[in-house]
This record gives sequence, structure tokens and C-alpha cells, in this order.
Amino acid sequence: MDNNMKKFVFAALVVSFVLAILLSPFASSSPDGLEKVAEDKGFLSKAEGAEVWESSPIPDYAMPGLGEGAAATGAAGLAGVAITFAFGYGLAKLLKKKEVA
Amino acid sequence: MHIPDGFLDVKTLAATAAMSAAAVGYGLKKANEELGDKQVPLLGVTAAFIFAAQMLNFPVAGGTSGHFLGAFLAAVLLGPWLSCLTIAVVLFIQMLIFADGGLLALGANVFNMGVIGGILIYYIFMVIKSSLPKSRFGFLSAVAVSSWLSVVIASAACALELALSGTSPLNVALPAMAGVHILIGIGEAIITTVVVGVVLNVRPDLVKTYDSEGISGTKTAGGVVGGQ
Repeated sequence: MDNNMKKFVFAALVVSFVLAILLSPFASSSPDGLEKVAEDKGFLSKAEGAEVWESSPIPDYAMPGLGEGAAATGAAGLAGVAITFAFGYGLAKLLKKKEVA
Repeated sequence: MHIPDGFLDVKTLAATAAMSAAAVGYGLKKANEELGDKQVPLLGVTAAFIFAAQMLNFPVAGGTSGHFLGAFLAAVLLGPWLSCLTIAVVLFIQMLIFADGGLLALGANVFNMGVIGGILIYYIFMVIKSSLPKSRFGFLSAVAVSSWLSVVIASAACALELALSGTSPLNVALPAMAGVHILIGIGEAIITTVVVGVVLNVRPDLVKTYDSEGISGTKTAGGVVGGQ
């Protein structure tokens, strides 16, 4: 990776962390498009108790142990950006290596 | 529009999962040739940015919120197949770690957002782009229209799946889903166009679909589709 690319990736990561840690606590907590439609059209209850995977470590973007406020949301954002970057970068690196080998 | 478990029936889950698996599988295969030195970190940071931006729900009419989708942004930067792969990464982590979107519905979510919002809209974008002036303004206009479309058509696909599953009839689900996502799509268009504009300013070489020489659209399309 050339220097310029390193700078770009660093800057984009800083922006992502700022959005996920500092701005996310101010996000609207209204239901999103699908959730609202499900509510209005009376099928939201179909999802109740239907979760197949129930072991998410940070359910609903709130870090356990930090309550439900800005700290919990910001910490979830921090973890999410770090994990997503690591996973995406790692996967891409793995796929790229396959070609060289 | 992350679908939780419980909304879709088995046949709809299976059909969407099969199509998503095929698209992601092809993306994994194509990744060999499409991932240059620059695209490896670009894919990681695009996924991270999409995750962050998806946390930022903005209010739209009637006590509803919407958030950025990002599949089309990824397609502009990385091409259609790596875009679908990137979205699959984001959706997988959201489901696994954050309980956002169902495990059984993961295939449907990848289909709506990655296959429709990323791959299909990419090819629609190439048509729109080639019909507009070969300029930065023409390019960004095509980006704005396509990103709006990506959200609206992905929501229509979601409505269709709800109808096929017997959860909500199409004449109810489609106008409701499309109606609210017509508004959410405006947010998508603004964010995508601003981000692509910024990347064009600092690193135009990272925008895979942008042709600074302004060569004819068809030639560009062929070159990009063929992979570089």
C-alpha cells in the first residue's frame, strides 16, 4: 500500500469512527421504514420470539454494561467499525493472496 | 430495511438465499481478478464506513426513520461483485454481533441490499451514465439518481418477499414500503453523491466507475464489466 493510500484509508477510518462513536447517539430512534410498515400493517408481531440467533454479544447496538445511553451506543459503534474493517480487510487480503499463490 | 426472522416463509427464504449465495460466490471468485493492491484496504474501509453510516438513522415523515444503505456507493467504488461482497460482510456482522436482521433472513437481506441495491443498480447506473454528458456533473447526476433508485427498488423487492410469504399482501406492502423509501432514498442520494464527490477530489483513481478521460459510455461500461 502506497503512502497516499495509507493516508486515505486512515482518514476514511477516522470519519467512520467519528460517525459511529460520536454521532450515533444522536441518531433517530424512530422505527425504520420496514419496522414502521410492519407496525402499521399489523405484522410486526410475527418477528416476536422468532429470533433464530440469540447470542449476539452487542444486541441492538448497545454495549452491555453501559446502560442504554450515549456511552453504550458509542461503544457499540466503536466495536462495530473496528470489527467490520478487520473482517472486510482480512477477507479481501485472503482472497487476494489466493491469486498470488 | 433489515428483515428479522419471522417475516418470510421457507420458500422465499430459500429462493433469496440461493440467489444471494450465487452472487456472493461469484463475487468471491471474481475477487481474485478485481482486487488490486488498492482495493484490498478500500473494501475494508468501505465496509467500515457503511457500518458506521447505517447507525445514523435520520427522521423522515410520520414518525419513521431511515438510514444509509451504501450498496450502490460500494458499487461505484469497487464494482458490482465486490459491492455485493462488501454488503454481505456488513450484514453478516450486523446480524451476528448486533442482532440486526435475522439469521435465516440473511440471504433475503443480502439479496435486497447487495444483489438488487448493489449489482442490479450498478448495471442500471451504467445505462443512465452513458445517456448523460461525459462530465463530472453528468457522472454525479447518474450517481444521485441510481443511489435513490437502489433504496426504492430494494424496498420494493422486500415488499414482494413479504407478499410471497403471505405476511402482507402486495397491494398493501408495496405502496407502504416504496412510499417511505422514496423519502429515505433522498438521504441515500445526498450521502452517496457527497462521498463520491469527495473521493473524486482526493483519489479519483479509487472510483472504479469514473472515467476521467470522458471516453464514451459503452467503452467504459465494457471495460469495467470485463474487470481490470
